[in-house]
Amino acid sequence: MNMLIYLIPIALFMGGIGLAAFLWSLGNGQYDDLQGAAWRVLADDESGPPKS
Amino acid sequence: MSTTSVSAEEIALAAHSLGEGLRQLDLSVPDVHCGSCISALEKALSALPYVRKARVNLTSRRVTCVYAEKTEDGAADPTGIIAAINGAGYRAHLFTPFAAENDKTRNQLLLAVGVSGFAAANIMLLSVSVWSGADAATRDLFHWISAMIAAPALVYAGRFFFRSAWNALKHGRTNMDVPISLAVSLSYAVSLWETAHHGEHAWFDATVSLLFFLLIGRTLDHVMREKARAAINGLARLAPRGALLLAPNGSRRYVPLDEIVVGDEIAVAVGERIPVDGMVVVGESDLDLAIVTGESAPVAVASGVAVSSGAMNLTGSLVVRATKLAKDSLLAEIISLMEAAEGGRARYRRIADRAAALYSPAVHLLALVSFLAWGLIGGDWKHAMLVAVAVLIITCPCALGLAVPVVQVVAAGELFRRGIMVKDGSALERLAEVDTVAFDKTGTLTMGSPRLVRVEAADEADLAKAAGLAVHSRHPLSQALARSVGHAGTPFERVSEIPGGGLEAARGSEIYRLGNEAFACGAILPGSTVDSPLSEVVLSHNGAMLARFFFEDALRQGAQDAIKELGSTRFETLIISGDRQSVVDNVAQVLGISRAMGALTPRQKVGECQKLGESGHRVLMVGDGINDAPALAAAHVSMAPATASDIGRQAADLVFFNDRLDAVPQAIAVARRSAALIRQNFALAIGYNVLAVPVAIAGLATPLIAAVAMSTSSIIVVTNALRLNAAATRSRAGRSPKPAESGGEARIA
Repeated sequence: MNMLIYLIPIALFMGGIGLAAFLWSLGNGQYDDLQGAAWRVLADDESGPPKS
Repeated sequence: MSTTSVSAEEIALAAHSLGEGLRQLDLSVPDVHCGSCISALEKALSALPYVRKARVNLTSRRVTCVYAEKTEDGAADPTGIIAAINGAGYRAHLFTPFAAENDKTRNQLLLAVGVSGFAAANIMLLSVSVWSGADAATRDLFHWISAMIAAPALVYAGRFFFRSAWNALKHGRTNMDVPISLAVSLSYAVSLWETAHHGEHAWFDATVSLLFFLLIGRTLDHVMREKARAAINGLARLAPRGALLLAPNGSRRYVPLDEIVVGDEIAVAVGERIPVDGMVVVGESDLDLAIVTGESAPVAVASGVAVSSGAMNLTGSLVVRATKLAKDSLLAEIISLMEAAEGGRARYRRIADRAAALYSPAVHLLALVSFLAWGLIGGDWKHAMLVAVAVLIITCPCALGLAVPVVQVVAAGELFRRGIMVKDGSALERLAEVDTVAFDKTGTLTMGSPRLVRVEAADEADLAKAAGLAVHSRHPLSQALARSVGHAGTPFERVSEIPGGGLEAARGSEIYRLGNEAFACGAILPGSTVDSPLSEVVLSHNGAMLARFFFEDALRQGAQDAIKELGSTRFETLIISGDRQSVVDNVAQVLGISRAMGALTPRQKVGECQKLGESGHRVLMVGDGINDAPALAAAHVSMAPATASDIGRQAADLVFFNDRLDAVPQAIAVARRSAALIRQNFALAIGYNVLAVPVAIAGLATPLIAAVAMSTSSIIVVTNALRLNAAATRSRAGRSPKPAESGGEARIA
C-alpha cells in the first residue's frame, strides 16, 4: 500500500514526460511535413559535413 | 510557359521581410511528389547565390525560400527562383498565404487531443485497478487522483464542445455538442460528489475518454478541411496582385492593387490580365473574356472602350485608365451578388445536427424520467441521480460524434486521391442529395480553348502559309491553328499584328493576311454567317481568299461520358452559360443536353438556380468563371475545375484538379456511398443505444460496463466507415491510380 505513494507519482511523471514530448514536437513543427520527412531519410545528402 | 512571366515586383510584393535584408518567399509547387523531387528542387535553389535556405514541404507541396535582397553584385533578382524551379522541371506559382488562423486551430485541437489522451490513459489505468478490486481507502485515493487529472483536462479539452453548445443554446437551437457537454459536466460533478462521500462508482474515466474520442473525430474533420483548402489555395492566382502604374512624369512603378485610384493610368502588356475596371486610353487589342463573361470568342477593343477586370489581354499592349477602385470593380459586384445569393448552403443543417435535434430532447427526457421514477419509487434520490447520469453517459452520442466525421474524412481522402478536393463535410452531405446538374459552358464543359474542326483550302501550301503566320500571335485561334497544322509553316518576316483584325505579312509586293473575313478580304462576302457557332479565320493573298478555317471550343475530356452517365442515373442536366445562344445550342446538341440557356448575366444565372431550387430540385452547379461565382454560391452545392477563376474556386464546395469532367459523376457516387454509410452508422449507434439504455435505466450500468460499451460502439462505427475505402480500392483495382494533377496553368498559357 505504501509503495503507491511513490509509484503513482512516478507513473504520472512518466506520462507527463510523454505529454511534454508531444507538446514540444507539435510546437516544433514536427508534424508539418509527414510525407517529406519519410523521403528525406532515403535521400543521399551530399551537402552534409565531410566524413573524413 | 507563362509561369516565368511573374515579375520581380510581384514577387517582392508576395515575399515578406525577415529583417537583416532577408526575405522569405513561399511558392506552391503542385508537381512535387517524391524524395527525388525534394532534393532536385532544393539543390536547384541552393545553387542560386542569393538563396540562403530552401526547404520543400511535400505534404503541402510548397517551397519556402529565404533569399537576400542584395548580393555583392547589387540587387538580387528573385525571378531567378521561379526560373530555377521551372528549370528543374516543376511549375511554381505565388499563392496568397491564407490566415495562419487555421494552423492555430489545428494545433489547438491536436493539443487538446494530446491532453485528453494523457488524462484518459492515466485515469483508465487507475480505474482498472479499482475495477479489479481495490480496498476502500485505495479506491478513494485513486478516485481523488482521477478527479484531479480530469478537472484540467475537462476544462482544456472540453472547451470546444462547451463553447459550441453555448453558442447553439444562445440562438435557441441544439446541436450534437449540447448532450455531450451536459453528459460530460454532469458525470464529472456526480463523480466528484460520490468521491467526496466515499462512493463506490466514479465516472471520471468515461468522462475523459468520451472527450478523447470526440476530439479525435473533430480533429480529423478539421485536418480534412485544411488539406483541401491548402491544395486549393496553392493554385495559381489568376487575378493580378498589382499593376504597372504610369506616373504623369513618364516613370513606371509597380504598385499593389489596393493603391490604384480612379484616374490612374496602367500599362497592360500582352498576356496580362486587366487589373481593375477601366477605359482604354492608348492601344488596340483583343481581350479574352472567357473567364469573365463566359464568352468564348475574343473581343476587339480600342481606345475609348470600357474593359472589365479579369479579362486577358491577347494581342497588343494597352494603357488603361482606371474608372473604379479595385474594391469596387466587377469582382466587388460579383461578391455582393454572391452574398445575396447564399442559398441552400446557409440554410442547410448538417445531418449530425439534425439528428441531435431529435436525439438530445429524447435522451434528456429519458434521463429525467428515470431520475424521477427511481426517486419516487425507490425513494433513494442519490441512487436516482446515479442512474440518470449513467443513462446520460451511455446515450452520449460518442458513436454519433465519430460516425459522421470518420465517414466524411474517409470519403474526402478517397476523392482527394482522384484529384477532387472537398472543402467541408457538409458539402458531401449536400452533394448526396443532388438531383439536377447545371453546367456552365466555357471552361467547364469545354476547355475554353479553340480547336480546328474544318478547313476549306485549295492546297497544302496555303496551310503552311497560314501556320507560318499564326505562330506570331498569342490569339487563341492563331495558336490553335499553328498547333493543329503540325508541320513547320512557311517562314515570314516582318509580321505585324493588327488588333481586332489579324496578322499581316508582306513579301515583296505580296500581302498575306490571316484574320477575320472583314480584315483579310476587305469586306464580308455574301454567304458567310455571322452568328454561326463556329469561329472562322480566313487567309488571304492580296485581298483574295485562299483558305478558310473553322474552329470550335474543344470539349473537356470525358464530357460526353460524364453527361451520359449522369443521364443514365436519372439526373437532370442543363447548361446555363453567358455565351451566345447559338454556340451554347451547338454544345448542348453534341452532348445530348436538352435544356440549354445562353446569354445569361450573372444575376440571371443565380435566378435560374433559385428557380430550380424553389421547384424542389437540389442543384449541383458546375462552373468556373467570375460570372458563375454567384450561381455557385446560390446552388445547393457547387463544383469548379482547378482552372477556374480565383473567385469561382473560392465559391465552389468542391474543386477538381484533373482535366476530365468524369470528376462530377465520381464525386456524386462517392458522396452517395458516404451518405449511405452515415445512415448505417446512425442505425448502428441507435441499435447500440437500444441495447444499452435498458441496462442503464435498470441501474445496472457500472462504470466498467459503460467504458466497455462506449469503446466497442466507437470501434464498430469507425470500422464500418473504413469500408468505404475498401470498396473504393476494389472499384479502382482495374485502373492505375493517377496522382492528382493540377491543371492550374492551362488558362494562363
